This record gives sequence, structure tokens and C-alpha cells, in this order.
Amino acid sequence: MSSTAEINYENYAVVMKDIVKQFPKVLANDRVNLSAKKGEIHAIIGENGAGKSTLMNQLYGLYRQTSGDIYINGQKKDFSGPGDAIKVGIGMVHQHFMLVNNLTVAENIVLGCEPLKDIRFDIKKARKQVKELSEKYGLIVDVDAVIEDLPVGTQQRVEIIKTLYRGAEILILDEPTAVLTPQETQELFVIMKKLKNDGKTILFISHKLNEVMTISDNITVMRQGKVTGRVAKDMTDERQLANMMVGREVVLSIEKPEKTPGETVVKVSGLWVKDNRKLDAVEGLSFEIKKGEVLGIAGVAGNGQTELVEALTGLRKIEKGQYNYKGHDFSRKDVAELRGAKITHIPEDRHKYAMIKEYPNYYNLILGRHLEMPFSRRGFLRKKDIVENADSMIERFDVRPTDSNNPSGNLSGGNQQKLVLAREIGANPDFIVIDQPTRGLDVGAIEYVHKEIINLRQKDVAILLVSMELEEVLTLSDRIIVMYEGRAMGEFKPSELSIEEIGLMMAGKTLEQITQPQNPGGDKK
Amino acid sequence: MTIQSKKRAIKILVPVLSVIIALLIGAIVILAIGKNPIVAYKEMFIGAFGSKMSWASNITKMTSLLLTGLAVAFGFRAGVFNIGAEGQMAVGGMAAAVVGINMGQTPMIIAVPVTILCSIMAGAVWASIAGILKAKTGAHEVITTIMLNWIAYHIGNYLVVGPLAVGDGVPKSPEIAKSAQLPPLLTVQASTLPSGIIIAVAAAIIIYIILEKTTAGYELKAVGFNPYAAEYGGISISKNIILTMAISGGLAGLAGAMEVMCVHLRIFGSFTSGRGFDGITIALIGQNSPIGSIFSAFLISSLRTGSTNMQFAGIPDDLVGLIQGIIIFLVAAERIIKTLIIKLFRVKGGENA
Ligand SMILES: Nc1ncnc2c1ncn2[C@@H]1O[C@H](COP(=O)(O)OP(=O)(O)O)[C@@H](O)[C@H]1O
Ligand SMILES: [Mg+2]
Repeated sequence: MSSTAEINYENYAVVMKDIVKQFPKVLANDRVNLSAKKGEIHAIIGENGAGKSTLMNQLYGLYRQTSGDIYINGQKKDFSGPGDAIKVGIGMVHQHFMLVNNLTVAENIVLGCEPLKDIRFDIKKARKQVKELSEKYGLIVDVDAVIEDLPVGTQQRVEIIKTLYRGAEILILDEPTAVLTPQETQELFVIMKKLKNDGKTILFISHKLNEVMTISDNITVMRQGKVTGRVAKDMTDERQLANMMVGREVVLSIEKPEKTPGETVVKVSGLWVKDNRKLDAVEGLSFEIKKGEVLGIAGVAGNGQTELVEALTGLRKIEKGQYNYKGHDFSRKDVAELRGAKITHIPEDRHKYAMIKEYPNYYNLILGRHLEMPFSRRGFLRKKDIVENADSMIERFDVRPTDSNNPSGNLSGGNQQKLVLAREIGANPDFIVIDQPTRGLDVGAIEYVHKEIINLRQKDVAILLVSMELEEVLTLSDRIIVMYEGRAMGEFKPSELSIEEIGLMMAGKTLEQITQPQNPGGDKK
Repeated sequence: MTIQSKKRAIKILVPVLSVIIALLIGAIVILAIGKNPIVAYKEMFIGAFGSKMSWASNITKMTSLLLTGLAVAFGFRAGVFNIGAEGQMAVGGMAAAVVGINMGQTPMIIAVPVTILCSIMAGAVWASIAGILKAKTGAHEVITTIMLNWIAYHIGNYLVVGPLAVGDGVPKSPEIAKSAQLPPLLTVQASTLPSGIIIAVAAAIIIYIILEKTTAGYELKAVGFNPYAAEYGGISISKNIILTMAISGGLAGLAGAMEVMCVHLRIFGSFTSGRGFDGITIALIGQNSPIGSIFSAFLISSLRTGSTNMQFAGIPDDLVGLIQGIIIFLVAAERIIKTLIIKLFRVKGGENA
């Protein structure tokens, strides 16, 4: 520990130095450096899986770093749990709230450090303290309301008050806007400014560039576990941030043969879908996919992609609009009907949606096709055919270990993905919806998956590919739509736009807005 | 040993070891009250298996225990906690009584299956109410089945004091027609070895086949393991919840039919005597497996049948409740036993090396 270093750290509320976090299979943080001055709003941005939450969880004492040091207000700290972090004034609002649903706001806030009267819980004092805090920062909330009755935005305020109640001077907000409506986001920003003016340091995590440009003072960009940039807000723009966030280099270049798409298989027009909170998630989307064509959906997570995928695969109700498949209306069909019509689906979260981890591989390999011949007849499963199918799929898709009787939950992530791929591709689809096919896979597996997708394209399958990895979309797609807040920002061919331009569309600029400056002739509007 | 067979071995070992440990703890308790555990267990053994009569009474108990055990176990496999077997059994019994009483001169070959089918239907419909409520409104089946239990209980009481009331003394229904009674396999003095046991064991085998060999079982278990993945695979969650409840209730209803058609030949207030709730115990000890339930039902019926004899040796029959409680505790908290098994295996490995 050199003395010069220590002097530098004094000005900073938080310094994280050379942080490495190795999970059993993932290097989540690779020599990450982060420093936030006292009283600033410091944004940490990066795509999903970049390692932002992991970094913050170490600062909050939830994880211990594999190596590296943490300095709070210039002093080196070694946290053995969140309790230690809270003691030095760190508070964290997690991506997923940690409130007790059937307690009131006041009870939740004081939970864990309740004011006591004799030995009883002093609810009056708790209410008073909570009220004071909420008034001071404009965190308007009814202290006697029960948590489960409150909207998400208000629950988040409760989480913030809770950290303040525990004396937080450094607040970590992990993707706070991911669950908020645009209006709620604006309200949150007002609160954040008040907190900042009161001298609090805020670490604000997001992957939305426009938000970061609105609220932060300094920005640290992360990508695949590494820091790819640290800039002052005033010295940068969305273009540069997008660049650092998604990276310039195309890691994988894959042979994509020339191909003329065939007739239209899927035609979607004016599609509206709601999310779980009954808010509009997809707002009037339209597109077509032809035989042997890959339509890529790019965009930052949470802009309606999940809802789109679920709507097309029968898992979510289509509110309005048309979903036409091979000339027939499919907007009211259920999952079984869609599957029966040779539409298959590789979902984003394979553990949760795509397999039953208790079932042996041979059972998982018929999920969704279990009523078809030869896997069953007259209600009885045909084990011999089921196992034969599994053995051949496992061989063809190189799933390891090869035992078809092995419960699928025992497979590694990459092999689970292969299993799902085997089933969904093995069903010989005419239309396949692929959501984040390479999430969490290593480079070798990614290449393999990409090859399979290209193979499908060669076999004249219509493919919808949703991915947060821009490179993936650019490499595999014939056409690309960028989604932002449920709408299409534009449709283009991969070669037509630069990554910077696509990045801007991902942040909410339309294709017209981007192409206008380079095209002064078209400034009629 | 593959992971598969290891898992299977542990699945069997857990209840077996639990029983042994529970009996050992029981022995300590017997010692503590100043009795000889060997004598006590010997009496219990004789009471359960020592004579044709004890076998008859043992198997009589086992019949309805097995059926309610199957009902609960089947529900569990699809992720449904049916604690309404008591009410479904009652409704099934009532249906058997109402139908059986009116069978008159109908030949047995028709009367028996009709009566049985009606009680299965009654139990199935009763349970489906909870199934539909869960599937359509999300109402939790534990709450709704408990409520349905009470409704069934009161309907039963009403029947035996009202429309079906007969004779003096304890409110009861008339006997069902001779043709609707299931003939015993064997009659020993006052006790009979009921033919219901054949039906119950057959039910266990059928349930096993449904769960393991059919697409229905594939779908039910998928819903139980991971409803999200099931839905993704085109499996209707609500359809399967209702179907599961119906089958589960049908099994409980069949238990009621067996009580009426083999044992009491009539209904009276709370003739189910808690067998529906015992089903939870049976399912738990049998690890929710239909075949396992055969063994656990036999275990519990043997303990209970033996307890009467044990009382002659001066040991209160509360001991059986105690042993049963410990078994349930150990099976439910299976971690304890699993750790023990792993330790035992390690010791063995050490000796081999
Ligand atoms: N508890 C964990 N165990 C193993 N891997 C993890 C764990 N938490 C996160 N990861 C992995 O570390 C990487 C970074 O994840 P995370 O920090 O959540 O990213 P972000 O918050 O930037 O989206 C991902 O690949 C993720 O799968
Ligand atoms: Mg995160």
C-alpha cells in the first residue's frame, strides 16, 4: 500500500481497486477499478451480465472479492457481510426488492433495527422517524400502507428510505429504473438529485444510456467483467458510451452464405402486448419473416423483447394486432397449437422455462412433443422410441455426459442449452423464436450455437432472433429491428448502419433521426 | 453405482431408517416408563400378525389408509396439496351408501361396480371444486379443501339424522343392499379379510402406471416439478390441476366406498374417523410413490393393529402415535437421515480401504 495512493483515495467515498471475482464457472469481475467522489452520482453501465451487480454486491459485503481492495472514505475495508457495509454507511437497493410483503412501510423500514420502548417495539417512534426522512427527501409514501398494496415505484422508495434510515451515506441503486415507468423514473431522478445535494454519494447502475446522460456526473462502463471506460458525463455522449458498452470488435465471424429468402412465413402487424404489470410492453410492432431468413431484434433488455417472444410463442396474450403464420391467423392460438404448427422456441431462461431439471434427458427431449408419435400412442409413453430419440439427439448435438437417463438438472449450462437446442431444432420447425441463445455460454459453445442457427437458415426456417448482444444480432441476421420501449426504432440490414448508430437507436433515437444529419436533403420535416 | 440408483436407494433408505430410529426411540421411552421394550414390541408384533383375526383387522385398516395415501401422494406429484381427502372420502362413502341402499334386487355384478363408480365420481367432483377454484382463481387448495371437509362432514351428519336416518341410538343410515356389499375374502369370527384390499392395491398399481407410463403422468409431474416449463411445453396447468384433483378425490372417494361396502355397510357420523388425514402420513412415509404407499399403509395399519395388544402389556397406545410422529418428522426432515446415510457410507468406504 503506497502512501500516494492513500492520499488520492481520501477524496473518494468509494474506491474499488483491481477487484477480481471468480465464480465457479464465470469470471464476473476482472481487475475492475471504480472510484466515486463524495457527493457525486456515479453511473455504472454495461450490458446484462457485464458484472455490475456482482461488483456492487462485493461493495455491499454480500460477496467477498477473490482479490482486490475496497476503500471507503480513504480507509481500507474488509467486509464480512452486509452488516459491516451498513456500519460504514453503505446502503443498497437491489434489483429485486427485499421487502416483507404483508408488513407496513414503517415496519419494513425499521425491520432489523427497531426502536425499542422497554423491550417492546416502539411503532410510534418508528413512524415518526420514517415520516421525517420521507419528507426531507421528497420520498412521498404512506408509512402505514401495507407493502403488497403499493406500486413498484413506491416500494422502491421504501427501499431507499430504509437505507437512509440505517444511516447510508453511500447509496447503491442496482438498475432502479428497470422496473419503473418513465414517469416514475423522472420522479426517482428528482429524489436522487436531492440526495446528492445533501452530500450523499450515489452509485447508479443502468444500461440505459439516456438515463445515464441525464442524471450522472461520472460514468464507468463495464463489458464482460472488465472496465472499458471511465468518463465524465460532460466529456462524452451516447455514441461513445454505446461504443464502449457493446464493444467495437466482432469476436466471432461466422460464414453466412448468400441466400435469397423465400415466401413470407410470419407476418406481424400492429402487435400490442402487455407486461406482467399490465403496462404496454410491445406497442404496435410490425414485421415479416420469410423462409430462410433471420430477423434480428436488437435493443437493451427490458424494452419489450421478452413480451414479444412470449406473445409469438403463445405464452402471453396478444392484446391487439395481427399474427399471421403461413397465411392463417395465429393470434389466439395456445402453446400446444403453435407447437403443433411447427413453431418452436428457445427461451431466454432455459432453467426456468425450457426444461424440467428433475426429468431425465430423454423426457426433456420430448417436452412439447410428448403427445406426438412415436413418443406416445393412445396416451401411453413409448419409452423405447423416447430413449432412441434422446440418444440420437444427444449424439447429434454433442450433449455431455451422453447418458440419456441423466437428470437434465445435472448438466452444465452449455449442455443444457444444447439439450434445448436439440429439442427445438430437432422438431424440424418452420418458424423458430430464439431468445438470447448464447447467454452465459463460453466462446466455443457460442460458436456452435451460431452455426446451428445458420444451418436452420439454410434449411429455409423462418427465424426470429432476439439478443442483447449486438454482435450476435449483426452476425446472424439478414435484417434487424431495434426495439426501444416496445416500439421499433427502425429496420435495416446489418451492413447499413454502424454500431454507434445502432447504439443510438438502442437509446431511443429513430432511424430517421440518425440518418438525417448525414442526409441534409431530407430535412423536410 | 450410478447417480440414479443411488438416489433410488436413498429414497427407500430414508423411510426405512426413519422407522428403525423411531422404533429405537420408542424403545427408550418404554424403558423410561419402566417396561421391557422387547416384550412390548413382541406383543405389538403378535397383535398385528399373530393370528388370522389380527391379519383381518390389520388389512381392513390398511385398505382405506392405502387409498387415502394414494390420493394425497398423487396430488403431491402434480404439486397439489390435497388435504381434503377426509371430506372426499366422506362424500364417497355417502354416495356409496345412497346408491348401495337403493340397489335392491340388482345383481351384484352390476350393483358393486355401479356403487364403486358413483363414490369415485362423488369424491372426484368434490375435489374438483377445489381444483377448479385453484385453476381459475388461484385459491389455495389447502384452504378450500379444508372448507370442503367441513361441508362434507356436516352433510354427512345431516344425512344420518335426516333423510337416511334409521333406528335408535347413534344416528346412522340403513345397511346397503346385500348386492352392493363386497364379499370378504375370508371371515374369521367377527372379523373379515376385506376384498377391498385387492381393489386398493390394484388402484396403487394403476396410479403407478398413470404416473410412470402415460402422457397424463408425464404432464402431471411436469406441472408439479416446474409449471413454467410445463406451460412452455404446451401443457395446460389449469387442466392438469383440475385433473389431478379429480383423480386424487376419486381415490379418496373410493376409500369411503370401501369403508361402506366392506366394513360398516352403512354410514354414521364421521365414519371416516380421520383416515383422510392419515393419508398425508401415508403419502409422506411412502415418499409420494404409489408402491411406497402400499408399504407405508401396511406399516401404519400394523402399528395401529398391534397397539391394542401392546396395551395388554401395560403400555399405553399413545406410544404408536409417538412412533408415527417420529417417523413423519424424520421423513419430512430427510436431511437428517440423508446425512446419516452419507456418514454410514463413508464409514463403510473407510473400512474397505
Ligand atoms: N452467484 C453467482 N454464481 C455464479 N455466477 C454468477 C453469480 N452471480 C452472477 N454470476 C455471473 O456473473 C456474470 C455477471 O453477472 P452480474 O453481475 O449479475 O451482471 P450484471 O449485473 O452486469 O447484469 C454473469 O455471467 C452471471 O451469470
Ligand atoms: Mg445486474
